[in-house]
Amino acid sequence: MDAILLQILNGLDKGSAYALIALGLTLIFGTLGVVNFAHGALFMLGAFCAVTLQRVLLIGSKSIDPTKTDFLGKPLVVETPYVESWFGPETGAVIIDWSVPLAILFAIPIMIGVGFVIERGLIKHFYKRPHADQILVTFGLAIVLQEVIKFYYGANPIPTPAPAAFTGSFDFGAVLGFDPNAIIYPYWRMVYFGFSLIIIASVFAFLQFTTFGMVVRAGMADRETVGLLGINIDKRFTIMFGIAAAVAGLAGVMYTPINSPNYHMGMDFLVLSFVVVVVGGMGSLPGAVLAGFMLGILESFASMNEIKSIVPGIDQIIIYLIAIIILLTRPRGLMGRKGVMEE
Amino acid sequence: MLGLNQKDTKFLLIVIGLTLFTPFLLQPFAEGSAMAQFNAGYPDLMQRFAIFGIFAIGFNILFGLTGYLSFGHAAFLGAGSYSAVWMFKLLSMNVIPGIILAVIVSGLFALLIGYISLRRSGIYFSILTLAFAQMSFNLAYSVLTPITNGETGLQLSLQDPRILDGAGEITSLPVTNFFGLAMGSSAKLEFLGRVFTFNVGYYFCAIIAILAFYLSLRIFRSPFGLMLRAVKCNQQRMNYTGLNTRPYTLAAFVISGMYAGLAGGLLASMDPLAGAERMQWTASGEVVLMTILGGAGTLMGPVLGAGFIKYFENIFSKINDSVLHSWFAILPDGLEDFIITIVHPFVGKGWHLTLGLLFMTVVIFLPGGLVELGQRFSRLFKRKKATKDVAGNVKPAE
Repeated sequence: MDAILLQILNGLDKGSAYALIALGLTLIFGTLGVVNFAHGALFMLGAFCAVTLQRVLLIGSKSIDPTKTDFLGKPLVVETPYVESWFGPETGAVIIDWSVPLAILFAIPIMIGVGFVIERGLIKHFYKRPHADQILVTFGLAIVLQEVIKFYYGANPIPTPAPAAFTGSFDFGAVLGFDPNAIIYPYWRMVYFGFSLIIIASVFAFLQFTTFGMVVRAGMADRETVGLLGINIDKRFTIMFGIAAAVAGLAGVMYTPINSPNYHMGMDFLVLSFVVVVVGGMGSLPGAVLAGFMLGILESFASMNEIKSIVPGIDQIIIYLIAIIILLTRPRGLMGRKGVMEE
Repeated sequence: MLGLNQKDTKFLLIVIGLTLFTPFLLQPFAEGSAMAQFNAGYPDLMQRFAIFGIFAIGFNILFGLTGYLSFGHAAFLGAGSYSAVWMFKLLSMNVIPGIILAVIVSGLFALLIGYISLRRSGIYFSILTLAFAQMSFNLAYSVLTPITNGETGLQLSLQDPRILDGAGEITSLPVTNFFGLAMGSSAKLEFLGRVFTFNVGYYFCAIIAILAFYLSLRIFRSPFGLMLRAVKCNQQRMNYTGLNTRPYTLAAFVISGMYAGLAGGLLASMDPLAGAERMQWTASGEVVLMTILGGAGTLMGPVLGAGFIKYFENIFSKINDSVLHSWFAILPDGLEDFIITIVHPFVGKGWHLTLGLLFMTVVIFLPGGLVELGQRFSRLFKRKKATKDVAGNVKPAE
């Protein structure tokens, strides 16, 4: 029992990342009808927003500390971040410590802006081209984005720690009455899970309870009719692209303490999140979320030793296997609308 | 000749000529001159041109003719490599059995994957092939380690049985050969300050590449090829006329899988080791890049694209800052540094960036790839020469 609970918990954080990326992907597909292979790169850009903020906060003035010496015997050069000299050492240290959560504020406008630029500058011209062309051009864009990041940040993973308050682990086992230390779960992963639920809920609420969201949903159902009613649906869809980019970016920002970001993290997630979207059903938002969590949890179940001893190697292929089975038996995915992309 | 009309025969002869004279053509700059690093006439790179040319020609039979975009072709390349290396380990160092087994194994593998994946089309087909390729990649790393040797990759060893040409008493690793002709051996010719290398391995690959090209030419011109084009044009209509298109697409998929396996077998023959990273989806993405960049659906395009990308990968990636400094040394210092700062991100380690930008440009402006670029240029000149002609009546690349 405790082993099962542990696997469910382990699956949740990866599932959250899958769900968030897939949510943005399917949002783009549902609104613009574009298959965006650059979405993983947007996730990566978000992660590097966090890295950038951390670096910016650490910029400081250099001063010589006469009381200490370095290993050569010269006076030690101490770098005091400007944040610390402006807000005082205590507050400054807290700000630097909380750089990852703070990066959320920093990432939202950047990612929305990046989304706007990509949509207006590139994807707009690809509405009428075949899906293969959309895949190819966004694939090219993903290569360009990741190479730009590689150029500025290098090829090595950059550690971005979570705030000190969240570094420990929570002992679920002791609380739920199992053996202590049987189910240990890092605090930050709980934060990530909670955060992703908030984001998912707010995207749904935005689409469900605002006039803007209503128009967008109407546009997803029948773009032409909404256009005939005199509504500029293109503009709204562009904004949705920005929001989808921001969702992917935020998923990336908060993911940095779990896995140190490197330039190809987007590509690593891209394939899996595509599988998630297809399993959930192209264009179906609840489907993407459901499939994201489901595949994340199944993946962590498959990596249990008990299961691996029955079916060796299953942990490596489970997601793809499920995707293949679903695509062959139920082509519109778990919750896809009938007739959408069902060839 | 050979069942081709006059135009195609001429085309094929040109291709044969270019392929055989590649060692000359790729060595245009004198040794030691400033441009010498643009010479690409060394065996390793020339072999890659031929091998990836075969890979791209095969991919084009599927994507260019039927429009099915497979993102999993690297799986067949990897399967071909593994089977060829196994043949070297078990049977003999002669490359022929290895290559034959590579083609057969990858063909069967493609039959299996294609049979399942071709039930869907469009993006679903892409995702299915991607899923299969990733599955094989992950399995090659984990469970299939006895066959693939996991992360180390499959290599030759002194303990290999090698039934035909006997191991036993040898003390060093044998080399791959074609009935005694070692793949690595090459003849050199010095002429006009240039060193031309004629490599056995390259010519072996080149002759196979010519055969592969000839086969694809025949497929393009055959009724079968016409059927595949019809599938690309409008599959629904084909189905409405009562024709089952599945066998045709499956045949195209298997043929292109066998081409990929052939390329994999050749890769292993040139350098007898095989690793799982050959199956990764980025490797599949590379062949897609090659085909699109050159011009999907054209005969010559994929080969051009493959050559272009491999040239970039090997030559452009070597241009570092000191090379740039030596180029722009005549400029005043400030200007020199400025230009180098601008150029720097695009060359050397950043060549992927150039490739990505180039690829996007091609997809946006030139859906027909480099071949379309050439056609546009030639049309431009033709129009200037013969204004009486009804210009613009040239058939677009298909």
